Amino acid sequence: MTSGVDLGRPQAQAVGSDEDVVRVRQLVRTVAVAVKLSLVDQTKVVTAASELARNTLVYGGGGTVEVAVVDNGRRTGLRIVFVDSGPGIADVDLALTDGYTTGGGLGLGLSGARRLVDEFDIQTTPGQGTRVTITKWSR
Amino acid sequence: MALSADESSRLGELLTSRAEQVTQQWTEIIAGQLRGRLSQAELVRQVQELHRAMVDALGKGTVDLNGEEATELRAVLAEFSRGQARQGFSATETATGVFALKEALLAVLEVDQSIETLRDYVAFSTLIDQMGLFTFESFVRTRESLIADQAEQLLELSTPVVKLWEGVVAVPLVGTLDSARAQVVMERLLQTLVDTGSPYAIIDITGVPAVDTQVAQHILKTVVAARLMGADCIISGIRPQIAQTIVALGIEFGDIATKASLADALRHVLRLTGVETARRQPRREA
Repeated sequence: MTSGVDLGRPQAQAVGSDEDVVRVRQLVRTVAVAVKLSLVDQTKVVTAASELARNTLVYGGGGTVEVAVVDNGRRTGLRIVFVDSGPGIADVDLALTDGYTTGGGLGLGLSGARRLVDEFDIQTTPGQGTRVTITKWSR
Repeated sequence: MALSADESSRLGELLTSRAEQVTQQWTEIIAGQLRGRLSQAELVRQVQELHRAMVDALGKGTVDLNGEEATELRAVLAEFSRGQARQGFSATETATGVFALKEALLAVLEVDQSIETLRDYVAFSTLIDQMGLFTFESFVRTRESLIADQAEQLLELSTPVVKLWEGVVAVPLVGTLDSARAQVVMERLLQTLVDTGSPYAIIDITGVPAVDTQVAQHILKTVVAARLMGADCIISGIRPQIAQTIVALGIEFGDIATKASLADALRHVLRLTGVETARRQPRREA
């Protein structure tokens, strides 16, 4: 398993297959437990990571996920960055609409992931790729 | 770098003339590394087999492990690493088992220390290196196929459909529900519904660590498919954290009945089918 994860440094995981999405989930869960997120918040951030990692795989054609522990002086949390160099998103507002999908899913992954975390940032350039950053703080 | 024909025949000669000494040394070195994890008789048999295969291959004029003359030797090496992999030895232990031959040869050669001997030894080493790397690769291949087999077995194992009551079947889902498993689950469930003629199916997700949109979609599709066959599905095992995550994600289960535990789901179905469950009156003490 992913025990023995060095929390001092950001952990990177390449995403190129369905198994990698599972590895991302396990990595995020390990870090979420380590920064003492509540069970509900652990589940939320793991689920958000699962959605975004799958987006990276399915729409971005694969990429990398980086998980880091962050500290703002009052609280600790974890920040996860999903990077792909796929086609990008032409209309971010539309992509963030509930029920909008181009891939036959439920169309809730991106918008749902935004609701599951505390901070959500998406940077995308059509033709160059997408970078999604999420942060979840411990309560 | 390959051996020259001369070097090859000299190595063959050496292995034949000093057969006993080489195999004995070789066995001792491996035995020292393995510290009794393999029986002496088994080890002697393996070393002798490798030795014989090498002598045969060199006798046919092998100069390179990838050559046609070495087919037999490669097969023996592959068999050797397969055995090691299945018995739980590491790849390093397997390869060093072959590399140990170098040390054994050195012990045999030491008496005569001319420069030609050194050249021969270096040449012999390249062949042994090739053999060691080959066992390493075979080892990894064996382990990979073992893992693939296990993954397949796990897929089979982890999706049982159980009969809970007359007309009620349940699928306890455990672990990650990826597309391949979702497909297996759906097929099993639908087949069991036909085989048992059950009008009710309970899908229990207590053992699913995270329910994301993909998992939800797989479950929803299974429910719709079961409905098309005239069966009603109940989803159970929704823990508090999963419920909150599902709400935040915005997934709607619509008119599908969901319950917190498998027991609740079974009670719900029994009530629907008109089965009364009653607590027996405690017997009164006279």
